[in-house]
Amino acid sequence: MAEYEAVIGLEVHAELKTNSKIFCGCTTEFGGAPNTHVCPICLGMPGVLPVLNRNVVEYAIKAGLALNCEIAEFSKFDRKNYYYPDLPKNYQISQYDLPIAKNGYLEIEVDGQTKRIGITRLHMEEDAGKLIHQGDDIAEAEYSLVDYNRTGVPLIEIVSEPDLRSPVEARLYMEKLKAILQYCDVSDCKMQEGSLRCDANVSVRPKGSTEFGTKTEIKNLNSFKALQRALEYEIKRQIEILEDGGRIVQETRSWDESKGITITLRSKEEAHDYRYFPEPDLVPLVIDREWVERVRQTLPELPDARRRRLMEEYGLPAYDAMVITGSKALADYFDQCVEKFSDAKTVSNWIMGELLRLLNAHNLEVEDSPVKPEGLAELLALINKGTISGKIAKTVFEEMFETGKGAEEIVKEKGLVQITDEKVLAPIVDKVIEENPKSVEDYRNGKDRAFGFLVGQVMKATKGKANPQLVNKLLRERL
Amino acid sequence: MNLYELTAHELHELLQKKEVSSREITQSVLERIEEVDDSVKAYVTLTKEKALQQADKVDKSLASGETLGPLAGIPMGFKDNICTKGIKTTCSSKILENFVPPYNATVVERLEEAGAICLGKLNMDEFAMGSSNENSAFFPTRNPWDLDRVPGGSSGGAVAAVAADEAIYTLGSDTGGSIRQPASFCGVVGLKPTYGLVSRFGLVAFASSLDQIGPITKDVTDCALVLQAIAGHDPYDSTSANLPVPDYRQALVPDIKGLRLGIPREYFGEGLDAEVKEAVNQAISKLEELGACCEEVSLPHTEYALPAYYLIAPAEASSNLARYDGVKYGYRTEEAKDTVSMYMKTRREGFGPEVKRRIMLGTYALSSGYYDAYYLKALKVRTLIKRDFDRAFEKYDALIAPTSPTVAFKIGEKANDPLAMYLSDICTIPVNMAGLPAISIPCGFSQGLPVGLQIIGKPFDEVTILRVAYTFEQNTDYHRAKPALEVKR
Ligand SMILES: [Zn+2]
Repeated sequence: MAEYEAVIGLEVHAELKTNSKIFCGCTTEFGGAPNTHVCPICLGMPGVLPVLNRNVVEYAIKAGLALNCEIAEFSKFDRKNYYYPDLPKNYQISQYDLPIAKNGYLEIEVDGQTKRIGITRLHMEEDAGKLIHQGDDIAEAEYSLVDYNRTGVPLIEIVSEPDLRSPVEARLYMEKLKAILQYCDVSDCKMQEGSLRCDANVSVRPKGSTEFGTKTEIKNLNSFKALQRALEYEIKRQIEILEDGGRIVQETRSWDESKGITITLRSKEEAHDYRYFPEPDLVPLVIDREWVERVRQTLPELPDARRRRLMEEYGLPAYDAMVITGSKALADYFDQCVEKFSDAKTVSNWIMGELLRLLNAHNLEVEDSPVKPEGLAELLALINKGTISGKIAKTVFEEMFETGKGAEEIVKEKGLVQITDEKVLAPIVDKVIEENPKSVEDYRNGKDRAFGFLVGQVMKATKGKANPQLVNKLLRERL
Repeated sequence: MNLYELTAHELHELLQKKEVSSREITQSVLERIEEVDDSVKAYVTLTKEKALQQADKVDKSLASGETLGPLAGIPMGFKDNICTKGIKTTCSSKILENFVPPYNATVVERLEEAGAICLGKLNMDEFAMGSSNENSAFFPTRNPWDLDRVPGGSSGGAVAAVAADEAIYTLGSDTGGSIRQPASFCGVVGLKPTYGLVSRFGLVAFASSLDQIGPITKDVTDCALVLQAIAGHDPYDSTSANLPVPDYRQALVPDIKGLRLGIPREYFGEGLDAEVKEAVNQAISKLEELGACCEEVSLPHTEYALPAYYLIAPAEASSNLARYDGVKYGYRTEEAKDTVSMYMKTRREGFGPEVKRRIMLGTYALSSGYYDAYYLKALKVRTLIKRDFDRAFEKYDALIAPTSPTVAFKIGEKANDPLAMYLSDICTIPVNMAGLPAISIPCGFSQGLPVGLQIIGKPFDEVTILRVAYTFEQNTDYHRAKPALEVKR
């Protein structure tokens, strides 16, 4: 099977975080009782007309620039016609042949190499609503309810070139894209809330071939894990078909997370004919260059630049810099922490270790971390001063995470201050020696491991509070 | 003289002099409706109570010494595709039979602001598709000049109401001639403004790039007054032009000396009824006599306007009408086992045959594989038609043509021949394709039925066509002629 290679292109939808919808003044806030964030315009009632929200254009320009795209001087909206109950007008206002941005790229790191992935186009469109099926699944539902709160929330669709060659590359691309959109503050990219979604086009071909194989499209992949697993499955499925002498059918498939397989959604024959045509209710969009330049001035430091800065300014290893800059929130966390505690590598270790571990365990975003950068800095300062040991610090950090209390407060409350006083520690060391004659003897007979055991016993007796260097010193003196 | 027979500007004077009250005027028109609407059938919905309340409000401000705007206290009506808050807006379709919009169209807002009295909603061809008013899902409206004939379409109800004095003026919509052709058939004044001059917000869309709301009045003066009230930029319609609105009363100058008028040869060809042609030619002689310089001009792509229109308008309509699916409002089929069959049955039962015909035409024209051959080609034709006009307007101040090739035809005469029906808009459609303003005014009679004269202007130059129309009107009597309607007592 090694003689095949995959060809993957992604279509990513990101909800823009403007305050109001793309064609009306309704709020874009997530949640809210069903059908409360709506008005006649986003409901597409008879006679109403869309009016383009200028902020949406601004956000799209910003995202386009961050992805190294050309921003069109002349762009327009089109109607994409299809029937679905969550689409109030039964057409979606989108952009077809004249998108706002095109011909861009982003870069990913694959096996230490930088790989450039082309971005074909970026366009604006309106989101649809949500169907809530009253039953176990769509086929069994007795009836369905529609919530139009999300209808008209602005989206950008970003279409990549088929430059990706593996599921891992696809995931890296998606992660980088998410980071870039978050860095420019145009989308919060919350995949669990559906504000970042992905469709994947995939085909396989014999390695070395320049022709494309027949592709399938996998719809609605809503996590990085789903993206990677679905692609792995689909590539394997396609290769097996070809190995068996079969042919790939061009179709749209969906990913069944629980079964871990992709299944046919519709075939090419049933494919939609969207009957695109220019949206007559909106005037064409003419974007003056001055506007584009003004937006360019507002672009923040993007992930790649920031990664380079962390390496140069703080001497962080490449791996650390990549993880830290993988999300803007994480990089901001790092910067704020380093401002208060200048040992960057220690900060990076704690962020990549304890912080991410606890965030994952609690399913939290960095922004929602109960321990703020100042809190972590305070904790690290306590270790530095020798007030607590590194080991105790981990317990303290967990406690900070659970309770939201400060490091010093917890250390004081629980009496976790490190024992650095010889007078306090000496009797405990003596007691451990007295109670473990066998180990003492072993040590004296040259078994180094016995020394470690004795240190452990002291630590245990002090609940880990003993200063390790001091324990070592006292033990050696006595043995 | 009955109050209902007067024009808005005449009534305004009486009101301002406190010789009559708005309640009296409104009651007069309501009684007139009572008398004749059983035979004309112009109204789909009457809002009598609301009208009287509004009239009392105007009377109160008049009594308190306020100066009234020119339309304050004057009763009028809206074509039933113009959304009125709290009042049914049906588009004369079963699918919207019970639809009550929670919002007003911008034109409704503006007229309410101006103190207009709304009498109700007027019958039309379903979703404004038709040229005879026979496509209403409820009942056909009749031509007040001859009850066996159609009033024209699709603003037939709005036009018949004015012709029969069942409203002092009305607002209609014009997609391919839907104000001008019925105005011509019923002997009243109908104006299709420049695309973008009047907000379309709240006008239930038929073909968005062609639709335009306009006034239907008894004379040109009223037409200017109503246009003044409804024109101008609307932030809720991004296709509405952000330009200053001229003072249309300035256009009411009875003088056209030195104006250059083009007579497009292609509008006088085959299919033009001889008597209609004669009436229009006499009108042209009259304009020359009044000092205009009339010359023949060619608009070579005119013959392609109709086929291109019947691709573009249905294409947009097929998309605009997709929202009527039974999911959110309006009619829903009684029983359906799943979403798709609910869609299909709702739309099959809710739409009439002409609407279905155009949805199918439009769906076909936009479908992949045919788009380039039909829709795209039609757009190119549209550009050529626009260029014809641009060229003509380099030389002429306005163009003069018949509004309709014939006078009003008999009910049922063309009902089963869609192509023959489509031909009745042949003189009006190019104007919509080019987005130009055009007015139809009465200019004569044939077989005892009114003939309309069409005056086409440059974009946003309503002032010139109103001036030509006003001058013609001031020097003729056609606009004073009234149909002899038998009154039920
Ligand atoms: Zn809204």
